[in-house]
Amino acid sequence: MREINVKLITEKVRDLCIKANTDLGEDVLQAFDRAMEKEESPLGLEILKELKENARIAREENVPICQDTGFAVVFVELGQEVHLVGGSLNGAIEEGVRQGYRDGYLRKSICHPFSRLNTGDNTPAIIHTEVIPGDKIKITVAPKGGGSENMSRVVMLTPSDGVEGIKKFVVQRVKESGSNPCPPTIVGVGIGGTFEQAALLAKRSLLRPLGNKNPDPELDQLESEILTEINKLGIGPQGLGGRTTSLAVHILMMPCHIASFPLAVNIQCHAQRHKEVVI
Amino acid sequence: MTQPIRLKTPLSGADVELLKVGDRILINGIIYTGRDAAHQRLFDLLKEGRDLPMDIKGQIIYYVGPTPAKPGQVFGSAGPTTSYRMDAYAPLLIERGLKGMIGKGMRSDAVKEAMRKHKAVYFAATGGAGALLAKRIKKAEIVAYEDLGPEAIRRLEVEDLPVIVVNDVRGNDLYIEGERRYRKG
Repeated sequence: MREINVKLITEKVRDLCIKANTDLGEDVLQAFDRAMEKEESPLGLEILKELKENARIAREENVPICQDTGFAVVFVELGQEVHLVGGSLNGAIEEGVRQGYRDGYLRKSICHPFSRLNTGDNTPAIIHTEVIPGDKIKITVAPKGGGSENMSRVVMLTPSDGVEGIKKFVVQRVKESGSNPCPPTIVGVGIGGTFEQAALLAKRSLLRPLGNKNPDPELDQLESEILTEINKLGIGPQGLGGRTTSLAVHILMMPCHIASFPLAVNIQCHAQRHKEVVI
Repeated sequence: MTQPIRLKTPLSGADVELLKVGDRILINGIIYTGRDAAHQRLFDLLKEGRDLPMDIKGQIIYYVGPTPAKPGQVFGSAGPTTSYRMDAYAPLLIERGLKGMIGKGMRSDAVKEAMRKHKAVYFAATGGAGALLAKRIKKAEIVAYEDLGPEAIRRLEVEDLPVIVVNDVRGNDLYIEGERRYRKG
């Protein structure tokens, strides 16, 4: 067994919260460049330039890319040979979020559903833990903004809807979301599993770097077909018209029940933020 | 594409009438911030026949909940939030003299009708460009509802805040027109 003190987890989560919110990934910046080559709308082009400039300012001045610094979604891959000491895993992550959002001057956006009273420190975090072989811990912090999350949906299709049913629902969801989720978006799609698993697959699909192909050729093809349809909609950057409505469609799939055909669409704004560390 | 137009607040009915969808505008002067919870409170005050904490005649409200300012910074990151959540409150504020709103995303028919009837406009700022927009804010102070944290109403002095006219007083909507222009098939 490898012993790890949870204090180290707190420290890493703190740093990841700040880094994710201020330093937009190179993969996203390159996706902006690719979009600029294809964008036909002059206004759309201006907006894409503005997003690049915004990312540059945020990185150089160490300030948040977007004021919505999100719900702290944390993915943990915990090696089963790790023995955690000094406290609980979830407690350490929550403390890291608390410190990161305080020290990074990030917005606290979490509140009571009825009273809307802010929890004050951006906790609780949303923590997804998976136990895997090995003696390492991988932690990914993916802050998720409210505007794009609000446009997301889970639907239980029927098996007879088929692949066409998936395409239709995803494209329709993007169309109906219009300008709300801050296009250009990244569309996370989860297919199969159960009601809650489909949603988790959709969210997890967003962690794949932009520009990386889906390793499953069938899904790779489906992603490209859906993206083509989405970018025919004309919604464009910020919904003001143009070619670039989405930068990518990412799909994760797993088997489902013989009676079911679950589908989840998790819409991600262009501020596609996630940072990871391996301890 | 046309050059941006500089606009100074407060706005008169005549100022607003000159604006048309697609115009790129640089806002200068005083604007106010307000989003979900602050709108609920302003709306309740008006319904009860009481005064608002600021005079909204000729003013612009920016739908934003900023990040906390870092030491040495005037204002934290400050991009727009999605506007449809303010649709229930906006028509009454427009009726009482509000001339502009800055946000992102499409407005309801009731809001568009109020803009047309009472001469007001809706501007879009680039969602997610919070770091860039913050640099155009030169002064900031809380005027009401400090307990709401990022949702408190703030009075901002802005210099060349870049926005785009999405809804004008003639009932045009750039979200609809833009999408139509670039739709394929």
